[in-house]
Amino acid sequence: MKIHGLSSASRCLAAEGGVRGLSSSSGPRVCIVGGGPAGFYTAQQLLKDAAVDIYERLPVPFGLVRFGVAPDHPEVKNVINTFTQTAQHERCSFHGNVNVGKDVTIDELRQAYHAVVLSYGAEGNRSMGIPGEDLPGVFSAKDFVGWYNGLPSNKELHPDLSFETAVILGQGNVALDVARILLAPVEMLKETDITQNALEALAGSKVRRVLIVGRRGPLQIACTIKELREMVNLPNTRADMLPADFEGIAEALKDLPRPRKRLTELMMKAVKEGGDDKAEKCWGLRFFRSPVEVLAGADEKRAAGIRLALNKLEGSGESVRAEVTGQLEDVDCGLIISSIGYKSIPIDPAVPFDPRRAIVPNEMGRVQDTAGLYCSGWVKRGPTGVIATTMNDSFDTARVLIQDMEAGKLDLSVNKPGAQAITALLQTRGVRMVLFSQWEKINAEEEKRGKSLGKAREKLLDVDEMLCRAK
Amino acid sequence: MSSVCLSVCVLSSSGSKVLVHFVNQSGVKSSVFVTEGETLLDVVIKKNLDISGFGACEGTLACSTCHLIFEESVYDKLEPMVDEEVDMLDLAYGLTKTSRLGCQVTVERWMDGMTVHVPQEIKDQRGKQEAVRSK
Repeated sequence: MKIHGLSSASRCLAAEGGVRGLSSSSGPRVCIVGGGPAGFYTAQQLLKDAAVDIYERLPVPFGLVRFGVAPDHPEVKNVINTFTQTAQHERCSFHGNVNVGKDVTIDELRQAYHAVVLSYGAEGNRSMGIPGEDLPGVFSAKDFVGWYNGLPSNKELHPDLSFETAVILGQGNVALDVARILLAPVEMLKETDITQNALEALAGSKVRRVLIVGRRGPLQIACTIKELREMVNLPNTRADMLPADFEGIAEALKDLPRPRKRLTELMMKAVKEGGDDKAEKCWGLRFFRSPVEVLAGADEKRAAGIRLALNKLEGSGESVRAEVTGQLEDVDCGLIISSIGYKSIPIDPAVPFDPRRAIVPNEMGRVQDTAGLYCSGWVKRGPTGVIATTMNDSFDTARVLIQDMEAGKLDLSVNKPGAQAITALLQTRGVRMVLFSQWEKINAEEEKRGKSLGKAREKLLDVDEMLCRAK
Repeated sequence: MSSVCLSVCVLSSSGSKVLVHFVNQSGVKSSVFVTEGETLLDVVIKKNLDISGFGACEGTLACSTCHLIFEESVYDKLEPMVDEEVDMLDLAYGLTKTSRLGCQVTVERWMDGMTVHVPQEIKDQRGKQEAVRSK
């Protein structure tokens, strides 16, 4: 049976008033694990040819668009409008509060659907692997960002912001987001969707100096120019850079491609101009430095500083690497945030997982040795890139899946029960699913609470409260 | 050709209609008459053109998905870019010397008949690359 014949059949059924829920309806059924950007973009492309069900662990959708994108970047969250359209498509069905791997297994999903796409992202983080990393005062950027963005599992983080200096390890966009949120005037944040408790903590913060530390040099910095420009333009702050870190950089400028060149020029401008000396707060990039130990205070009870090893660079081009010199430098600080990468974790023993790269091994989105199983987004390619990167990647996986349908690699002649079967299973296990229309009730409540506080929204922080509102 | 010119003249009396050709990621061309003063992002949305994932941030200079490639003669006549546009454009896939973000380009009458491209899909090349790597 050719895919186009099937899709026109399912379109006819749709016109007659609904494909979903008809156990006798033919047509490919695909399940997506993960309701973030990868899940929604993959769904968007697949909906042309299949019915798609999205399963998400939290009661609320949108993943890192909701919990990762900084509160002062609301334009980036406009993609939620596209995702909402996708979720409301008659052939699409969102199921929140379903923990795949625990409430239902991958094998059970594979039995119920013609294909399963893993789009569950990276919920863990890389650790620095140094002594003292577990001392109070040390956080992963993932948790710190989760805290100000209202991720339920980070609501009790209570970071102590009573210290003057904060050190961030890593120089990607997440590191710069954290630095900016730490130093931004409260006026800039108070109308955003930042959580109220984070806003209040930041309003009382004593943090005045933030250092953003990277292993390699200025030409290897991982952040992009928009985020660096926001630091340079941050009110009431000045840049505090080390000219020594920029030796030889001016000479290298002319050979750089435009994006890298402009980014480097902006850094050099910050080195030269610094900014208003009267500014209360400062931020600085520190290069050629790797963390080797978190130093405890005299009472041994919490972090009071960080020991950095000084590096030199070997190699050239893309493969420049940092090598130790033996020199060390101690920096006094009371807040240490490691922003060296998110990390995917295995979801189910039935799914192959590469622990070294922390991804699901795959070729172009087809999971290795597992017919009918695909992946998209960070769990497929690793935890880097902006939303547009994930979008293109998700479109690629969807295309590959559709190609496989058309090439007969998936047995579409068998009818699959899809959500009907899974919903029944979840009911017997006492799992309360949250449908998209129920998320919309949570959404309305958050917007209502936000309005009374003069904010875009006030996020519910508690899963039980979300489930209550979803009734 | 002359009938196209004629229809353009007839329409131009009521809020200038300009003919623009869009070539999408699969090489498929759509020709539409658009109103002067709209941005090219507005056009893609209003005319529901089949361009995957166009305009994710809805024209707020927070992404690069409305990236369009212009003919050199048209590109040279466009208003210069502000820093914020270059910042986002620099992240675009398939960047060229005549690339702009569609949300920042407003349709003007002189653009009549121009063709804009989005970067072509690279699935075939990547497929070959993967095949070679797995050997």
